[in-house]
Order: sequence, then C-alpha cells, then structure tokens
Amino acid sequence: MLRFDHKPALVAYVTCGDPDMETTHAIVLAAIDAGADVVELGVPFSDPIADGPVIQRASERALRAGTTLKQVLTLARAVRAARPRSGLIIFSYLNPILRLGVARFCAAAADAGVDGALITDLTVDEAGEYIASMRQRKLATVFLAAPTSPDARLAKIAEASRGFIYAVSRTGVTGTHADVSSDAQALVERIRKFSRLPVAVGFGISTPEQFVDVGKWADAVVVGSAIVERIEKNLGREAAAVAQFIGSLHRHATSTVSSR
Amino acid sequence: MCARSSSAVAAVAGRFGAYGGRYVPETLVAALEELELAYAAAKRDRKFQRELQEMLVQYAGRPTPLYFAARLTRELGGAKIYLKREDLLHTGAHKINNCIGQALLARRMKKRRIIAETGAGQHGVATATVCALFGFECVVYMGTEDMRRQDLNVFRMRLLGAEVRGVASGSRTLKDAINEAMRDWVTNVRGTHYLLGSVLGAHPYPMMVRDFQSVIGREARKQVMKQAGKLPTAVIACVGGGSNAIGIFHQFIGDQRVQLIGVEAGGRSARIGEHAARFLGEGGAPGVLQGTYSYVLQDEAGQVANTHSVSAGLDYPAIGPEHAGLHDSGRAKYVAASDAEALAACTLLARTEGIIPALESSHAVAELVKRAPRMKKSDVIIVNISGRGDKDIGILRENLRL
Repeated sequence: MLRFDHKPALVAYVTCGDPDMETTHAIVLAAIDAGADVVELGVPFSDPIADGPVIQRASERALRAGTTLKQVLTLARAVRAARPRSGLIIFSYLNPILRLGVARFCAAAADAGVDGALITDLTVDEAGEYIASMRQRKLATVFLAAPTSPDARLAKIAEASRGFIYAVSRTGVTGTHADVSSDAQALVERIRKFSRLPVAVGFGISTPEQFVDVGKWADAVVVGSAIVERIEKNLGREAAAVAQFIGSLHRHATSTVSSR
Repeated sequence: MCARSSSAVAAVAGRFGAYGGRYVPETLVAALEELELAYAAAKRDRKFQRELQEMLVQYAGRPTPLYFAARLTRELGGAKIYLKREDLLHTGAHKINNCIGQALLARRMKKRRIIAETGAGQHGVATATVCALFGFECVVYMGTEDMRRQDLNVFRMRLLGAEVRGVASGSRTLKDAINEAMRDWVTNVRGTHYLLGSVLGAHPYPMMVRDFQSVIGREARKQVMKQAGKLPTAVIACVGGGSNAIGIFHQFIGDQRVQLIGVEAGGRSARIGEHAARFLGEGGAPGVLQGTYSYVLQDEAGQVANTHSVSAGLDYPAIGPEHAGLHDSGRAKYVAASDAEALAACTLLARTEGIIPALESSHAVAELVKRAPRMKKSDVIIVNISGRGDKDIGILRENLRL
C-alpha cells in the first residue's frame, strides 16, 4: 500500500539482482522492517541513461547475474506475501517492459501484488497505452517531475500520476550530492499547485541531515544510490548494512523532531 | 500509403510510421521542446537558410561531385556507377553538413557549450571543427575501444581544441558514448546543446538531422538527371544510425521506381553480438533505446545486445526510426555486408578509381559489387561515399596484408 502517514516517509530504491536475487529479497525485507515505507524494486537495464556511476555498476552486476524483469516480478510477489502492508513499486526503463508487452506487464505486476510502477524514460506524452493498462489493473502510475518542467507540463504530470509524484531534486543523473539544490523546494511548491498527491523528492539524498531537511517540505524522501552503495560495500552483510543505514535516517529524524 | 505524404505526417508528430517519438527522462523534455521550436523557426527563417547555404558552400565545400566511375563500371560489367563524393567535404565525411546546421541553431539558442558523441570519430571531428569556428566550448564523448581504433581522429579533435572524454562502460563504443553524452546533457541541460550526429535520439533529432543531411540527395538527384539524363535504378548507402543514407534517400522517396538500399554491418556472422544488422541479424526487434522507438538489437529480456563491426561508425545496436519506417513500408530495402566484404570493397575502389573510402562507406561499395554486375548496362546506380578512409589506415593495415 502506498501510504505516507508519517512525515517524512522513506522511499527506498534497490537494484534487483545485485548481487543476486536471494540477497535482494533479504535486503528488501530488512529495509521494510527498518522503516522504508515504499520500496522501489529497480529493474537493471543495459543502458541506464538517467543513472550515475553507483547504479550503473549495480545494474552491470545484476545483469551479469542474469536478472530479468520476470524475476523482479517474482521477487515482488514473494515480498508482498511476506509484508502485505508495505508499499511496492516497480522502477524500470521502458525497453524491458516493451519487450514483455505493456499489457502483459501490467497484468503480471497486478498479479504479483505491487502497488504501481515508475518508468524512467517514459514521459506523460508517450504514456497513453501504459496509463490505460495500469488504470485497468488499479496500479499507480508514478511519473517524474523535473526542475526544468514548466507549469504546463506539471499540470499534465499531476493529471497522469497516481500514488505519488516523484520530484527530481536537480538536473542530473542519480547519485549522491553534497547539497540538495534549492531547485527542489521550488519544484515541490509548484507541483502542489496542481496536485494533492504526496510528493517524494529524490536524486542525490544520502545523509540523515538531508533526509530531515527535505522532509520539512516534502512528503517523502527517496534514497537510492546511498543504499545501493552500502550494498556494494558490504558484501556478505548487505541486508544488515541497509537496515542499519535506514535506521540511522529515521533515528536522526526522530531526534531532530523531539529536540525541537 | 504514399511514402512522401507519410513522411510529412511523421514530421509533425515526430513519428515515422510506428517509430520515433520522444522517450527520455522528464528533465530533458523542456530542452527538446525548446530545440523543436527553435528549429521550426530557423527552418522558416530565410536569413538562417541563407547562412547555412553559404557555409555549406564556402566552408564545407558543397556541392560535392557526382562522379562517374568509369573504370569500376567496366570492372563490374553492369550498371553505370556514380559515386556521390561526400568524402571530399571538409573534415572528410558528410557529418559536417549536420554540424554546421546545428551549430547555427545552437548560436540562435544562445547555447555556448556543445557536447557530442562519436563512434568512428568523424562526427566528433566535425563537431570539434564547427566549435572551433564558432568559439564554442566542446566536449566529445567516445568509447575507449573506439578511441583505440580511431586514434588519429582523437588527436584531430584535441588539435581543434575539443575535450575528448573516454567512456569505459558497456561495450566502450558508440552506444556507450551516447549514454554518457545524454547523462552530461541531463546534468547541464540549461546551457548546453547536444549536437547529436545521426538520425537517432528523441524528436526532433531524427527529423532535424535528416533535413540537414538531405542536401546530399537534393544535389545527387539534380546531378544524375543532368549527367545521366535519368533517375537512377538504385541508390545505395551504408546505415549505422543512418544519417548519410537518409540524407541521400530522402529526395528520391517520392520516385517510386528508384530502389533505395541501406547496407548494415554484417560483422563476423549473423549471431547476436557478432554484427550490427538490426533488420537482418539475430536479435533485432522494435524497442526503445536512447530516446527513440526503432529496431534495436536486444535479448529476450529487452537488454540491449553487444554489437561488432570492423567499422566503428556502423557498430551500433539501433537504427534511426525513419529507416525502421522505410523498412516496414517496404520503400527501402536493407541488406548486410560482412567485415571481409567491406575490406575487399575498400581495396577494390582504391585500386580501380584511386579513392579510399571510409570503412563505413565500404559497406555500401560491397553491396554495389554484388549488385552492379546483375544489372543492365542502361541502369544507373548511385553509391554514397559518405566519408574517406584516411582515418581507417590503422585498421586497414591490421587487416590487409599488402
């Protein structure tokens, strides 16, 4: 379920199949138990044009392990069975979904029990068939909004989105960044003119301090590369490392609120 | 449907039949819309067109000759062979046509930082050249494998003042260079123009690059009517992304009797990973790569396949969407030439006509060698010699024992 009842909610991204599917399964359950409200199950792709080096490397490792979209959907079903109330989103580039077939993907995703999907290189302009298929299966269509999107596009994005809107914090690829750009807050404010959906802010958020700062004006914070990097650097104890990291985000959030 | 009218419809929506479109991260959409509007305005602007025309003549060296290859015609013993000599242009290939157009456009959009990808290095050199001429900052992304096999062009780009950034991810070739250029663009989109070198990518690139390259076919059609007194039976061009092919095909699309033949890189074999033949080899299927919907070499799970060609400029897993449309409608035919056939054709043209074609263009010559002898002496055939082979001397030396 996509619920954002405490603020800031945490949306956690993992590249599935890095280092293998069994480990991803353990990582996702650990992330949920440590306080991830929504997990984005990333489908690795050979040409991740929107991703920085961390997720590029994870995608290469996952593809070398033979990861496919079908396997990610199987993983989603297992996670759903184990954690019936958590939020689950498929996060993919378009081509693996086209290859499976948009209608077949939507049917399989609904069957696996996910809440929705986000396709990095599919904008609202090209998404007619996808939106129709997703609606039919009662799946949320999450779209990206960017600092470069003019208001007219934000209106279209708001209309096409379900579940939440993913605000890209800055122009650029995924990856950690020292500061969260001032673009991000302005974008969230602009999105709110067009939509009452929760807004999650992502791209470059990696520290407990950034998590708390962004949480002051966004409904949810997406953490991706920082999690994937912990998986990369903690071979053999990936799930524990991710749980610990997510715990540190939440602890910082709690302590900041209570000390106010 | 008549091909001419379908291409007019496609120009409005960025579609060529089912193919084309705009599949990019949201961050880039505003820049693509800005480019689309700026290009539409420039296209109508007489001053822009006059300046473009003048630079093509004074700087690039247009028009290029349509050369009657008498010795090669005798040697192959069939159709009369004409070569469209894009290899004689400044910088040595057709790529300069598009680079001049886009540089003028970048200046109009007040973008002073230019990025580009390159495979064989011809587009990189042409981009570095126009950036030197216009005083733009220039960054060219190039796969490290391509930097190795086209090292002369790397040096040429640096000599012209461009920064060449090696890309060591994936197969370290053109596809990976485009990925990295797109990542740069998505990061620096507000002040940077992405000078894409082929009829690839998101709308408006395939249409705009085609327009800038279609000068090749406009000249060739006039020249062949004047010199041979009739339309050609066939027009042959190599197809990587497909800009030289679309450039020479476009003016002939409405001439239904003119066969349009695109030559893909057959590489070592038809097995996936050993070729770059999107229509003919194993693994080609419609899909989305780098912003456009077209034929893409891929596996069952939708992961993009590795490719191989002796020619860096053809070593790419997708093809321009307009070619996908021409393929499906049957208006153009696509064939493949292997590495070995291309190398043999290069040698043949060098020794019969004293013209060393680029390895890319050698694929078109290889198809000519197969086709011309089967045609009548009254037939006329045009081959687009899209670039010259100087850049390939190193590879030729590795492959030919002379």
